Amino acid sequence: MNESDFLKVVLPFKDKVFRLAKRLLVSIDEAEDATQELLLKLWKNKDKLATYRNTEAYAMTMTKNYCFDRLKSKQANNLNLIHNNYKENETSLEKKIEYVDSVHKVHQLIKNLPDKQRLIIQLRDVEEYDFEEICNIAQMNPTAVRVSLSRARKTIREQLKKQHNHGLN
Amino acid sequence: MDLIEVEKLLVKYENAETTLREEAILRTYFLSKKVPAHLKEYEHIFSYFKASKNDTSTVKKGFMTITKNYSWMSIAASVLLLLGIYVGNIKFREYQEKNEALNTLAAVTKGLKLVSTNLNKGNQSFKKLFVYEDTLNKVLNINRNE
Repeated sequence: MNESDFLKVVLPFKDKVFRLAKRLLVSIDEAEDATQELLLKLWKNKDKLATYRNTEAYAMTMTKNYCFDRLKSKQANNLNLIHNNYKENETSLEKKIEYVDSVHKVHQLIKNLPDKQRLIIQLRDVEEYDFEEICNIAQMNPTAVRVSLSRARKTIREQLKKQHNHGLN
Repeated sequence: MDLIEVEKLLVKYENAETTLREEAILRTYFLSKKVPAHLKEYEHIFSYFKASKNDTSTVKKGFMTITKNYSWMSIAASVLLLLGIYVGNIKFREYQEKNEALNTLAAVTKGLKLVSTNLNKGNQSFKKLFVYEDTLNKVLNINRNE
């Protein structure tokens, strides 16, 4: 497998990997690092890639594991910058869409969800994977996936409603 | 798609029971239609999800340059190697030429020395000849005077 073959396999899901990493690690720099890391890992194993039944799901699982490891080591180091101190700078996303305050609020709300719920909501509502694939990637059983997803969706909607009703920014 | 249908789907959605197709229906509804005030939150949520999907990584560049870097390095290495061989060759030739020149010089000097010693020998023989000539002249002079 040469470089162009490899890129053909990898490019379709590269951005999905990045978005998942960004969802979980929040920081864009860290998400780029994670994506780079994953691509290098895949490149090292490029000869085995053809034997995987579903390279994309495999890559997404690796990304998930990598990000959860990063989050764990951060908590262990008491570096809680991820949830509290990190300041979102103007990202390409925010630049591209017309800046809508409420949309930004949704981003903040998702940021405050537990790691697992963020993972599931990213896979389902952003990337639109079917449940079987999500179970595969998240390494969770279908019930657990549905429970997480339902909780996440309800929390986002309720919090958003609450903020609107109180007229808070 | 009427409002009752949408609200039914939303309940299913919140219980994580909707299929991907049903979620697509909800998405089109909230992104295209005028949404009633009590469902405004969903408009924001779905437009956020849609916008999130357009986020792209810039890693490709970095990743490609990493692999390119290796090829650059091999090219640079081979260029250096070739340059080294070329320059080394020139220097070696210069060295060899110098050596040869020295050798020739030594040979020429040796040859010239031989020539000069032989010439000296010849000179001595000539001296003998001159002596002979002198005596001959003397003898001849004596004879003529008589």
